[in-house]
Amino acid sequence: MKDTKNILLVGVGGQGTILVSKILSTGLMTAGYDVKMSEIHGMAQRGGSVSTQVRYGSEVFSPIIGIGEADILVSFETMETLRWLEYLKPDGVVVINDFEIASAPILMGKADYPEGIIELIKGKAKTKVINAGETAEKLGNQKVMNVVLLGALIKSMNLTDIDWEAVIKSQVKEKFIDINIKAFNAGMDAV
Amino acid sequence: MKVLMTGNEAVAQGAYEAGIHFAAAYPGTPSTEILENIALRKEITAEWAPNEKVAVESAFGASLAGARTLTAMKHVGLNVAADPFFTIGYTGVNGGMVLVSADDPGLHSSQNEQDNRYYARMAKVAMLEPSNSQECKDMVIRAMEISEKYDVLVMLRMTTRVCHSKSIVETGERIEVPVKPYVKNAPKYIMAPANAKAAHVVVEKKLKELEKFSNETELNYIEWNDKKIGIISAGVAYQYAKEVFGKNASYLKLGFTFPLPMEKIKKFAEEVETLYVVEELEPFMEEQIKAAGIKCIGKEKIPNTWELNPDIVKKSIFGTENEVIDYDRTLAVGRPPTLCAGCPHRAFYYQLSKKKNTMVTGDIGCYTLGGAPPLNSMDTCVCMGASVSMAHGAKKVFERNNDDKRVVAVIGDSTFFHSGMTSLLDVVFNKGNTITCILDNRITAMTGHQDNPGTGYTLQGDSTDAVQIEPIVRALGVKNIKTVNPMNQAEMKAALNWAYDLNEPSVIISRYPCALKKYSKEDLEEFGPIQGYCEVDEETCIGCKICVGTGCPAIVFKKDIKKSSINKFQCVGCELCLQLCPTKAISKVGE
Repeated sequence: MKDTKNILLVGVGGQGTILVSKILSTGLMTAGYDVKMSEIHGMAQRGGSVSTQVRYGSEVFSPIIGIGEADILVSFETMETLRWLEYLKPDGVVVINDFEIASAPILMGKADYPEGIIELIKGKAKTKVINAGETAEKLGNQKVMNVVLLGALIKSMNLTDIDWEAVIKSQVKEKFIDINIKAFNAGMDAV
Repeated sequence: MKVLMTGNEAVAQGAYEAGIHFAAAYPGTPSTEILENIALRKEITAEWAPNEKVAVESAFGASLAGARTLTAMKHVGLNVAADPFFTIGYTGVNGGMVLVSADDPGLHSSQNEQDNRYYARMAKVAMLEPSNSQECKDMVIRAMEISEKYDVLVMLRMTTRVCHSKSIVETGERIEVPVKPYVKNAPKYIMAPANAKAAHVVVEKKLKELEKFSNETELNYIEWNDKKIGIISAGVAYQYAKEVFGKNASYLKLGFTFPLPMEKIKKFAEEVETLYVVEELEPFMEEQIKAAGIKCIGKEKIPNTWELNPDIVKKSIFGTENEVIDYDRTLAVGRPPTLCAGCPHRAFYYQLSKKKNTMVTGDIGCYTLGGAPPLNSMDTCVCMGASVSMAHGAKKVFERNNDDKRVVAVIGDSTFFHSGMTSLLDVVFNKGNTITCILDNRITAMTGHQDNPGTGYTLQGDSTDAVQIEPIVRALGVKNIKTVNPMNQAEMKAALNWAYDLNEPSVIISRYPCALKKYSKEDLEEFGPIQGYCEVDEETCIGCKICVGTGCPAIVFKKDIKKSSINKFQCVGCELCLQLCPTKAISKVGE
């Protein structure tokens, strides 16, 4: 349907995109939207490039986002932005985490991590850069970087009317609720 | 209650609501989570079987004993289970029985992208195809009714996008169905030739009844819109068609896809100007529709390779594409999957990679990644268990040609239990001379850590006898067996040298837990905890790159200063690099 919104989350296997998409899609459902979410399991998760796609609106058909259709691209890792940029609508928004993870060819010294990615993207699309790794470390755990990015996403998509704290409480283990809510708010403040 | 569920979770919910009593499967992406979620329901007996054939047979036994049963597997798993599957097509069932085939168009995590819809037609069993999670749940319930009403096995054919996409499901209550009485019925269940001949006739009659059902059921429904374009579609392809055509086309949406509702299709075709068949992979429906004399357009436009998506449907039919941001797509450096930091497979492969004049036959699991750079230690990967038997055949030919090349088979613990054991029997029986390496990482890792006969725990968490690999190998007739800790590189190297020096079959069991495994108390006792991380002393590092050559994702080579560096957040302290460093520049900290 025409009113369907498309959110594309990309990163590296192990960065926690799955928890973010779980919180996100649960929140959207409780707000009354039809929601579909798609992700890939299996071999690609072993340190490979991963993507999670969330679509919401009055009635959603395809669970996957087409090329040139994402309203927002949230990139958990800087170089992954380049790999998935073609999925962004020309007037869409990019949220880039300024966080680099070298891939196998780079680790082995066979290729260099591309330079100037953020500047390049800024020249192509409306871009917001955040340093979620640093923000998460300040909160005491680098792993909550994913929820910092969720906060930035919610603010950027103007979805702040939903009670996200309640959704986070329902989706994470009790001892991690506080730090995740802090991370979420820090992400909202960062964009 | 409305819940967001993956297709797999919804199948489990459907199994629960349908009153299923027994479920069995072997893990395989994208089907694994079906049994994992069924196992959470204590009303159902849920088991991991050693392989798909065993799973289907035990589920079939449960059906004959009167239970409602479900079995699930990835597409290639049905190849393993094809033997019982075809004959159950003849016998029919007692308690309702559903077989879930989870196909993987696009080969996200598979060795081929076969279209298992043809299996339903070939085995003459009924087939349902859900297109979202709600349908996954509903169709398991319907499949049970159809199975019991028509006395047939029902195949629920899913695909990766249906299995792993979440959408909203309205959940309901479980309906307790009593287990049917078991009645001995030799003509029905002893498929000796005389009985099977009669059964084939019965099956053909059932197919006629099922075709009538297919034409009448609301599982196959028409949505009338503009009649210039008519679309016949099923599964997730239907969602893609709706995305592209919206209300600008009429749809015949098929949920029951074998036997096809040919009368309904004919009527639909008569009413529309141009008829498209939008289906993923092969022209399964299109060929049958064309054979019935109905004009339609399908694979002339839509490719039969790789996963379908709305972009492909749009481009194939309209020739249009979305506007995109223009940039150099080659800038992103590749990011292939890799063995994790601390993976015991890396420690094994590092030593194997040093062996010259060797053919390595590989198998299905995380360890298939040993074939990738920088280890490059695998020559083949075909199917579960093939490593051991392919090695045998290859070695026989090298011997015939007086070629002294050694052949090493590499297989995981779960894969060995799945179908490696019979292959190893072949090596012993036929006087083979291969080196079989069983990489026992104490879990079924690739599919997300499922228990197997060697781990000591069942799917539903009960402790059970942990089957030991070494006595099995000995019982199969192998005389030369060594169990080693691959993380100890001297031990690993010595074991390979020992095997290479032998002139008869040998087995090396490389036993160490997956780096991501949550240790059981038995694991802790045997292997102890790993703590700390490794660090490079830049003064001592000579930049020889030996540590980098292991392919560990925690080690990076700093080009500017020509020294290695270890990321302490990724390193798990396995000490592989530490053992290999020629200048002892790597040390352990934080223990």
